[in-house]
Amino acid sequence: MNSLPLITSWLSLGSLEPHPNVTPSVIFGLGWLYLILFCMNVAWTWRSFHKGHHIDLPAFARGGHIPTAAIWATYSTVLMLVSLIHFSCASSPDSFWFIMPDFAKTAVDAVVADARYYFAVTTVGFVLMLLFRNWLAQPNIGWALLNLSLLFLTISLTDWDFRQIVGKPDNVPIVAMLFIVGFFTWVFFYRANENDRRSAQGRPPVEAENNEKVLTWPDLVYTEMICMIAVTALLILWGIALQAPLEEPASAVKTPNPSKAPWYFLGLQEMLVYYDPWLAGVVFPSVILGGMMAIPYIDFNKLGNGYYTFNDRKFAITTFMFGFMPLWIGMIVLGTFLRGPNWNVFGIYEFWDVHKLEALNNVNLSEYFWYGLGQPLPMAPAGSEFWTQAPYILLREAPGFLAIGFYLVALPGLMAGTIFKKFFVRMGFVRYMVFSNLVLMMAALPLKMVFRWAVNLKYFIAIPEWFFNV
Amino acid sequence: MSVGDYIRDSQIWKSVFRHPAPYDRRNRVVVMLTNFFLHLHPVSIKQQGIALSYTWCMGGITFFLFLVETITGVLLMFYYRPTLEWAFNDILALRDVTTLGIMREIHRWGAHAMVITVWLHMYRVFLTGSYKPPREFNWVVGVILLKLTLLLSFTGYLLPWDQLAIWAITVGSNMARATPVLGHEGPGFQFLNLGGYDLITNASDARFLLLGSRFVGEETLNRFYILHCVAIPLAAAGLIAIHFWRVRKDGGISQPL
Repeated sequence: MNSLPLITSWLSLGSLEPHPNVTPSVIFGLGWLYLILFCMNVAWTWRSFHKGHHIDLPAFARGGHIPTAAIWATYSTVLMLVSLIHFSCASSPDSFWFIMPDFAKTAVDAVVADARYYFAVTTVGFVLMLLFRNWLAQPNIGWALLNLSLLFLTISLTDWDFRQIVGKPDNVPIVAMLFIVGFFTWVFFYRANENDRRSAQGRPPVEAENNEKVLTWPDLVYTEMICMIAVTALLILWGIALQAPLEEPASAVKTPNPSKAPWYFLGLQEMLVYYDPWLAGVVFPSVILGGMMAIPYIDFNKLGNGYYTFNDRKFAITTFMFGFMPLWIGMIVLGTFLRGPNWNVFGIYEFWDVHKLEALNNVNLSEYFWYGLGQPLPMAPAGSEFWTQAPYILLREAPGFLAIGFYLVALPGLMAGTIFKKFFVRMGFVRYMVFSNLVLMMAALPLKMVFRWAVNLKYFIAIPEWFFNV
Repeated sequence: MSVGDYIRDSQIWKSVFRHPAPYDRRNRVVVMLTNFFLHLHPVSIKQQGIALSYTWCMGGITFFLFLVETITGVLLMFYYRPTLEWAFNDILALRDVTTLGIMREIHRWGAHAMVITVWLHMYRVFLTGSYKPPREFNWVVGVILLKLTLLLSFTGYLLPWDQLAIWAITVGSNMARATPVLGHEGPGFQFLNLGGYDLITNASDARFLLLGSRFVGEETLNRFYILHCVAIPLAAAGLIAIHFWRVRKDGGISQPL
């Protein structure tokens, strides 16, 4: 056998590991990333220096002050050193130590590789964001959060599996989207908090002050021009840096595992885990669209039109943001980065093992009910007609029909008398019913998730004979 | 007299632009009224309404990306043939040999970007309460445009005809066969039958309508190509015109009441 090619490849790669966590080019690239981070933070240090803010030390440190700029300068210096370490150690990847430690990988994966924890963490994070919105919306805190998430991304890139999933060309825009959505949410809270403070003092919102008319040329057309140039430049650079994906030619007999819808529909595909296609793929998307169109006609609150505010529209903004962030964006992230072969959930540092097994013993509500009573499921004699079967099927699924009926018909009435009393009075019957059903439909997804995780519930109503499973 | 003045003083320049350059206040007003592209805008506008931290410029960027997609899309149409024989090979050639094959990259990344910017535009409009009266209907038009953006991206996803394309479309369109009443695996399809024969089968249901076939094949490629290049862009262009017109008629960019 000719062993020469093997030896030379061993020499050039430095390792026989087929999935190396770090290679010279990875380390070198990360060095550049840290250098960019360093430059960003130098600019921020400069800004802090000119703002001249201080941080007060607690009493036991004798109550001194530290200039914010000093903290950022120290941090920038560390980034510079880290960048230098990368550039100087790039040639010896096997002994490179500045990587994501294994215990941290295990800890992160333990959380994200389980849909339950993932959903719990995103939801709790969302609630914390709302509660601590005043604290979070400070520029220095925002900058620190941006740096933390960028550092997490950068150091995670030292993992082979992480690079595979995040570096896929079609997934790059999703990573960017997370930062962009985070940034604009921060901008929203920054402006909303300012207006809420003003409102408490009886002053008008920022948008109502210094609001003279200006000429569209040049004040608006120049902004548009700059935006157009920036977007064009971005697209060209992006096009040069990343090649559009092109896989093997289409083959109807070779099903990839996993088969994924385009990324913006992965939230809907994720719903398929909990609901059947007729709901997750047809009814719920239609309800989402119809519900969004209905928003202007059910929101009777006259406040908060034309300016950023949170306090004037607490319910509307919380509901919408919950739908947009943990449910829509959160499920896209789950579908894109965490769903692997056989639609199992994998950690971000976990190898996509086709043979990973997850036991799924899901039980229908009817089975819980009838077996709980110690009875068999009501079943028509084998081979009987449709009209003979129907009463048996309806009896079998009666608990589910009652539950759904209670949820969509009785619950709105109960809420109208209690938590949504004000809404009911202001909205009138029709509008209130549309509103409450939309809210309940939106809550149906997280509710089914919780039931699935808590008691392995498969369907509330299970009539596979008629393709009618809820 | 500088060269610039000489050009601006020529008959050709004047015949195109009709008025002197917008250097003074009067001509800055006139340019907005007499230029076809600029007359979408009002002559003057509230200062806070156009603040970048208020609008995020997301609607404008979405529209600009629509234009970029149209231009790069037309260029790609010169090259690409939507048949099983050529589709994949044409894309391969665009990647490997064609001059300016980067148009495909720009088209694809522009499409991803447009999906993101249209979401962010909706997010901003919601957060500023700009859907409230008198702008309710324009929000509805906007929701339809958002849906059209996703459909444009979805139909375009099939055209490269690689594994990524057909399986994403297969997964996405499989939903349609579970459409209530109109899908052959949807609840209630049994109601549509004549004399014991089902009217809704896998060759006549909602999925068949979408794919033009019982599976993602040549008819689907043709159907998605027409939807992607002609039908949806036309619908979107019409609705964009209405969307912009309504922005003006409903009082411009939203402001505190």
